[in-house]
Amino acid sequence: MSNAWIIARKEIKSYFASPIAYLLMAFFGLIFGFGFFTATRDFVRFSFQSQMMGRGMPMNVNEQVIRPLLGFASTVALFLIPMITMRLFAEEKRTGTIELLMTSPVRDWEIILGKWIASFWLYVCILAMSAINIGLLFAFGKPDWKPVLVGYLGLLLQGGCLLAIGSFISTTTRNQIIAGGVTFFVCLLLWLLSWFTAFDTAATSQVVNYLSIVTHFENFSKGVLDVKDVVFYLSMIFFGLFITSRSMESLRWRS
Amino acid sequence: MIKVEGLTKRYARTIAVDNISFEVEKGQIVGFLGPNGAGKTTTMRVLTCFLPPTAGTAQVAGFDVLEQPIEVKRRIGYLPETPPVYPEMEVQEYLTFVGRLRGIPSSDIARRVREVSERCAIADVPTKLIGKLSKGYRQRVGLAQAIIHNPDVLILDEPTSGLDPKQIIETRELIRSLAGDHTIILSTHILSEVEHSCERVIIISHGKLVAIDSVANLTNRLRGSEAVSIEIESDGLSQADVQQRLEQVSGVSRVVPKEARDGSFIFEVESLQGRHIRADLARAVVGAGWNLSELRPVGLSLEDIFLQLTAAEKEEPVAAVHGGAQ
Repeated sequence: MSNAWIIARKEIKSYFASPIAYLLMAFFGLIFGFGFFTATRDFVRFSFQSQMMGRGMPMNVNEQVIRPLLGFASTVALFLIPMITMRLFAEEKRTGTIELLMTSPVRDWEIILGKWIASFWLYVCILAMSAINIGLLFAFGKPDWKPVLVGYLGLLLQGGCLLAIGSFISTTTRNQIIAGGVTFFVCLLLWLLSWFTAFDTAATSQVVNYLSIVTHFENFSKGVLDVKDVVFYLSMIFFGLFITSRSMESLRWRS
Repeated sequence: MIKVEGLTKRYARTIAVDNISFEVEKGQIVGFLGPNGAGKTTTMRVLTCFLPPTAGTAQVAGFDVLEQPIEVKRRIGYLPETPPVYPEMEVQEYLTFVGRLRGIPSSDIARRVREVSERCAIADVPTKLIGKLSKGYRQRVGLAQAIIHNPDVLILDEPTSGLDPKQIIETRELIRSLAGDHTIILSTHILSEVEHSCERVIIISHGKLVAIDSVANLTNRLRGSEAVSIEIESDGLSQADVQQRLEQVSGVSRVVPKEARDGSFIFEVESLQGRHIRADLARAVVGAGWNLSELRPVGLSLEDIFLQLTAAEKEEPVAAVHGGAQ
């Protein structure tokens, strides 16, 4: 376990030694800020309008600003995750440093866990950029904090599971571009699955729908913490890391 | 210290290593010699637990590479062909990382890093990015990485490839200085390297073991069949006649006409195993009434031996030669 931590620390340093971490954080901060600006502007406009009309519709910051924003963040994350995971193993395979890790007295799962923790930490840092905006809402209004927390938990879980899948794909190639491209495609596919099945109730569609990561995120963004969804994400993370370790193992046998 | 038995490694289509067995005693430096693609790197990768063997066993310090890989890895320092360094890390940072990974207690790490930095002559660049170092420095960082946990066995894959002559000499000296405390296997396709730094040689070619012996024995054994260059004045003689006469001398296995210069013939005469033919040759030439102008032994260099062994291997695959000092 301490070995995983050693590797995680080294990976985190590598992320922040190159521009990639800062780029991703800036990119996400910018896009989220833009989304935040539009959402709050519209919210303010609507609340004025409803007051002028005298209808006095109940306005809710949680429902009308935070929830769509978190959904937006989860979509943006789909684009960022391939850029986080693509180098994890592909780079080491290309430069041959994987030989250093695999001939050190460290178990495969410790390497994988360490790398996953590092990528997750970067993901957390990226998400933290959105806290500035959400913080503003808390400074000038009184949103309910519990759904926000649940929403963030959902973002973390969804990200963790995509990162696990991304690291698996990174072990299959020594080319970062391919690793990134395929991961992006898979993320997109998992996202689209929910579209295909939106109005269908056949059994297969139900299964496909269940596999879509977006379906499970919806509950979180509503502020609903369902054990079913948590279990889904945790088992996906475990599954992703498991196939990563299988892939590392086959690397030894095929070479 | 190292025991390999019937080791075979097969890739999808090719056999990289074919039924190799050898043993290495504690504290020895062994040169692993062979042309490119002979299976040197594959054998080393099996010993370092990077690749599992297809068949056969390999043991390091009594631990099997398949059954107790972690124990084996603890006792091995490995420098692959390209030093496994992270260009974005600083030298000291990198060595600390590797040291931690190899299980050095954190109270000792700083001391060990300092020690190996001095030993590998990289103490002057502790905070430089590895990516900005020259090839020679990077190679030495690779070597420092391999010895940081003071392993029993050091496995070095072509440690001097791509270095300039001065760096090669320095690296060789460094390796020799490590010999006392560590058992070292180093692979190379440069023969002089083996002559310089190794006690024993393992020659492999096309995945098969061709010879295993001490450097001195190997050279002697092949010198056992003597090669002699002989020059005879040619006035009024035909080359064929002279050759025929030389072939009749007892103990001669082969006579190769080398040159027919103005006024003399030069032949290279090879003896049968263990026969000394110079005296007989001289007597035969003088007895025939010819003028002998030169007679000198031609030593077989390790290069010749190597070529001879690896070429023979190609022609007749069963001709594996095992030396006495096993």
